[in-house]
Amino acid sequence: MTPLLKVQNIQKLYGKRIGCTDVSFDLYPGEVMGIVGESGSGKSTLLNCLAGHLAPDAGEVMFDTRAEGMKDTVTMSEPERRMLSRTDWAFVHQHARDGLRMNVSAGGNVGERLMAVGARHYGDIRDQAIDWLGRVEIQESRVDDRPTQFSGGMQQRLQIARNLVTGPRLVFMDEPTGGLDVSVQARLLDLLRGLVREMGLSAIIVTHDLAVVRLLADRLMVMKDGHVVETGLTDQVLDDPQHAYTQLLVSSVLQV
Amino acid sequence: MALSGENRPYLDHSMADYNFAYLDEQTKRMIRRAILKGLAIPGYQVPFASREMPMPYGWGTGGVQVTAAALTPDDTLKVIDQGADDTTNAVSIRKFFEKTAGVATTEETGQASVIQTRHRIPEEDLREDQILVYQVPIPEPLRFLEPSEVETRKMHSLEEYGLMHVKLYEDISRHGAIATAYAYPVKVEGRYVMDPSPIPKFDNPKMEMAAIQLFGAGREQRIYAVPPHTQVVSLDFDDYPFEASKADAPCDLCGAEDSYLDEVIMDDAGTRMFVCSDTDYCTGRRKAGHIGAQGTAFEEDAA
Repeated sequence: MTPLLKVQNIQKLYGKRIGCTDVSFDLYPGEVMGIVGESGSGKSTLLNCLAGHLAPDAGEVMFDTRAEGMKDTVTMSEPERRMLSRTDWAFVHQHARDGLRMNVSAGGNVGERLMAVGARHYGDIRDQAIDWLGRVEIQESRVDDRPTQFSGGMQQRLQIARNLVTGPRLVFMDEPTGGLDVSVQARLLDLLRGLVREMGLSAIIVTHDLAVVRLLADRLMVMKDGHVVETGLTDQVLDDPQHAYTQLLVSSVLQV
Repeated sequence: MALSGENRPYLDHSMADYNFAYLDEQTKRMIRRAILKGLAIPGYQVPFASREMPMPYGWGTGGVQVTAAALTPDDTLKVIDQGADDTTNAVSIRKFFEKTAGVATTEETGQASVIQTRHRIPEEDLREDQILVYQVPIPEPLRFLEPSEVETRKMHSLEEYGLMHVKLYEDISRHGAIATAYAYPVKVEGRYVMDPSPIPKFDNPKMEMAAIQLFGAGREQRIYAVPPHTQVVSLDFDDYPFEASKADAPCDLCGAEDSYLDEVIMDDAGTRMFVCSDTDYCTGRRKAGHIGAQGTAFEEDAA
């Protein structure tokens, strides 16, 4: 099986400081990979390099495109990369405000990606938007409300609907449950897990919440100071951490 | 030319004090280069070094600069504001060019070689030897959807226009129909999405015309253009097609059914009348003997 995403020796420097360095991994279709580490460990930098928001200083990000097979997204032309990011890729921001248009209705938010790839039939766009709102447990009656009238959890679910409506194959998530209270987090995770299974999505989830990766991720990568210090199956890494930092991380989780 | 203020040049306001059409030649060359580039890339917003004009921004400084660069001494100029030749803005811009360029002016669409307009396209079909100059307040059609100029330029260059349809989607979801009635976005020659300036959408289909169309935005420092016979398509949805709308009434002065109408409130009781917004078109029809419901036979105006 060919990997969906093949990352090789990615490096991003901020002047002399290391953002992230020497990161390599393969992601296979249907696989969910978690990236954990404390603040400043380079997880978001890495995610932004992978998703094309930042240009890495070195390395390759090969993506299995539908048309041309494996292709380096770092060197591909900008129109191609932007096309990918609104069709095959999705990016869920930590703050829903960054990923939504706050002055556009929920239906318009979900429909934007459809219209961006050429949908020009209002009725169809609206039906799909309503369908997706249903899938993320937002009532149909809220379709014309703006995200500003939604709660934090609903905004996050709306952002997910907006991203998944074009049927992407790879989802980047940056702290998708950050800032939500625990019961809302739990339902969001449940929803994400269902969608990932149902749609056969591959995902890369950056988080500092070990419970999130325990629930969602098949594989885990632990980062510290821009370096990957440990990788492995999620349960293996969390139950039997080898690196001193991972041990610290795992033992730091509050046991309730 | 006899100059009354020969000995007191600071009091002399004749055109001898001005370079032809107010702007200096270097500036006009700069603007002409922008115009040519705009014509070569229909719908593309060309940045230019907009000058301070002796009128405030928002009063047509962009259009005035484009007109100044396009005028020749042999031209006949017509200026309209919302279709009318006799409103403040139109009168003062016409006087401005009478004074600074000494060109002939007219109110008749057919007689003019250069027409500067604010918010309308004349009803009469324009010809290949005419130039229509629009005053544009905000040239960027994506501005209210995407505040970043860097981002909108990128969207234009990559032809990412999905967002424009989001605006139309919002219109339909809120009002049941595309409620945008003016500054209705168009796609030019299958490439650039363009703001046609705040003309009513009734005028959009007229933009595929024989005359050259030039757009000047003074404050925003942009010039763009549509060459003659260029394809101009108003954006819409398959199930909500574009519709050029107007008030559903004939003109009360000349009886025209095909012209864009202004609604005029007549008294405190809310009596209203509809009149052609294009004053020259209305006058021409009345001269030809057409009389509307509240109109009278045309007489040469004593005033």
